[in-house]
Amino acid sequence: MAYAAGVDVGSTQTKAIIINEDKEIVGRSLIDTGANVVLAAENAYNEALRNSNVEEEEVEYVIGTGYGRYRVTFGNTQVTEISCHARGASHMFPNTKTVLDMGGQDTKAIRVSPTGEVLDFCMNDKCAAGTGRFLGAAAAALDIPLNELGHVAMQSERPVKISTTCTVFAESEVLSWLGKGKKIEDILWGVHLSIASRSVGLLRRVGIEDELTFTGGVTKNAGVIKALEQAIGLKLNISDDSHYIGALGAALFALDHIIASRAPSSAKETA
Amino acid sequence: MTETKKVDIVGRGNVEGANLFRDWFAELTEAAKNNQGAAYVFVMGSMAELLKTFDFPLVFPEITALQTAVRRVADEYLTVAEDYGYSPDICGYVKADLGVHLREREHPMGKIPKPALTVLTNACNTYVKWAEIWERMYGIPLFVLDVPATRQAGGQFQPGSSDFARDCKYVEAQIRELITLCENTTGKKFDIDRLRETLSYANDMNTGWKRVLELNKSKPSLFNALTDGTAYLGVSNNFRGTKEGSQFFKNLVEEMEYKAANGIGTQTEEKYRLAFVGVPCYPIFRRFSEMFTEWGGAFVHSTYLHFASGGANMGFEYDVNRPIESLAEGALISIRDAMDSMFHHDRMIINMVKDYELDGVVYHPIKSCRTVSTGLADGRRAMMAATDTPSLFIESDMMDKRVVSEAQMKNRADAFFEGLASRRLTAAKTA
Repeated sequence: MAYAAGVDVGSTQTKAIIINEDKEIVGRSLIDTGANVVLAAENAYNEALRNSNVEEEEVEYVIGTGYGRYRVTFGNTQVTEISCHARGASHMFPNTKTVLDMGGQDTKAIRVSPTGEVLDFCMNDKCAAGTGRFLGAAAAALDIPLNELGHVAMQSERPVKISTTCTVFAESEVLSWLGKGKKIEDILWGVHLSIASRSVGLLRRVGIEDELTFTGGVTKNAGVIKALEQAIGLKLNISDDSHYIGALGAALFALDHIIASRAPSSAKETA
Repeated sequence: MTETKKVDIVGRGNVEGANLFRDWFAELTEAAKNNQGAAYVFVMGSMAELLKTFDFPLVFPEITALQTAVRRVADEYLTVAEDYGYSPDICGYVKADLGVHLREREHPMGKIPKPALTVLTNACNTYVKWAEIWERMYGIPLFVLDVPATRQAGGQFQPGSSDFARDCKYVEAQIRELITLCENTTGKKFDIDRLRETLSYANDMNTGWKRVLELNKSKPSLFNALTDGTAYLGVSNNFRGTKEGSQFFKNLVEEMEYKAANGIGTQTEEKYRLAFVGVPCYPIFRRFSEMFTEWGGAFVHSTYLHFASGGANMGFEYDVNRPIESLAEGALISIRDAMDSMFHHDRMIINMVKDYELDGVVYHPIKSCRTVSTGLADGRRAMMAATDTPSLFIESDMMDKRVVSEAQMKNRADAFFEGLASRRLTAAKTA
């Protein structure tokens, strides 16, 4: 049995996935990226190997993805996270037509073909508003742990309107609402609605089609899911492995390479 | 063809273009030293053919501004303008140019002469506000040539119609006013025979430019429309209506015809043929192009080569027997097309997809230029609906490095090519 691996080095967290020839996930890991990107990739990969009980020699092909993909020094090649999220989402939810990936520093809307190819994509540009970092700024301003943010926000009855489009200014806007006596849950729900609104804008640029698969680290936030579903009017595809979909896509591309390398030479030329 | 000819001719346009560009700056520096006043003009409707007859050195502030970015010192000039009080959101060209003036017109390539007058058109809505800065700083006359634009998409008035004749008369009347202004500014009498001469040279340039653009339909493509094309564009503007400009384009046509006949492409591997829509990313000019060429992407055409040439791509040929009337016709047809290249490019790109056998289109909206960027999203949607051609929307700026994120741009370019490769693979499997 051969194995393939994908390592997704994101701005905030690094994810690694190992799959077998049946495209089943056999190991996974998630660590903070930190300052040493090369080390983060190595650590995530080694952790995934341990988690899968697969020996490194058994992994025939490794693909790096994410912003740090060129720092996956042990990898065989690189593929952008845009292609990887499309591929991973289509594998996990085969009826996917649209993908929304929300990570630490960017949000991507991707329109995909039935076979998981990218037809069009759009990303936030040079600004972290509408990304996980925006939530992080609000969490810091309100001194609430990131993982409780969504649940607190969903208690809101009268959300405020967050108008800034700048992550840095979002903190001061949050503080100004606090100064006006607004409830924390109303401010937080306003933050969630703001993020959803910006994401919907990106999605509309590529066209929203059901089914829509939500990927990336922010999938862990129930408040964002609720805000997005309200804004779009669709139920989002989410799984416990949504955070790993970029790495999964990379692993699937790696498996393609393994299969292509076994094919007769005439078939390889078209692969 | 002999090997000697190949060595002599291939790449000649780039060498000659660079030499002429240095000559242009040397001329400006000399004019500044002699305290000679220049005509400040713009690429979309410079009226160089007329101004040259009055011996004005021509300053193209768009070109002097972008040169600060290419030479990686734009930030110094932008900062001077912002320290003076200009907002970061204002056109980067305007701010870099203001920075040059606030530094006594010292430019990395030489010294810029003071303006004696400025001539502008309505092709860009920033031109007039920009020119008003010099008007205030130097107390010079400001002349606006108002060119009737296309009233509706695909609805241009064509020669032969009464509407077109009326529009020509309107432009001609303004040109006659400009002649009077030039006479008053220089104290020189207008010489219509000199105008015939500059128009004749401009004819060579217009027809040459049109031919060069058409020749890039060749496979492989003969020049990189983004990098080489922009160098040729510099000559098209700075030497418009001159003997040097005329000879340059005759030579360039010869070079491109030679390359086409001998199958000499601009890059070693041309896997994907692309068109570029918008203004180049000058802060990382070469690197931007490399993000595409390293994947085998070749820019075979660009709307920039239309609008930033002032519509010279139309190949308009002036009738030297009725020079002023013909200059008005040429200005109307060419400048109108320059505007359409920015605002109504959807049909142009749709045709380009077929004529140039494009695999993809790259749209490049830029933060500090609303004029060029505003309609790109509409054009892209129309193109995609009509042709099912993949496209990339990649945002940055033409001047300001602070809003140029190379890593993000490369990420998008890489994903674009992964999509193109995947699409080609799928097509091969189903063929």
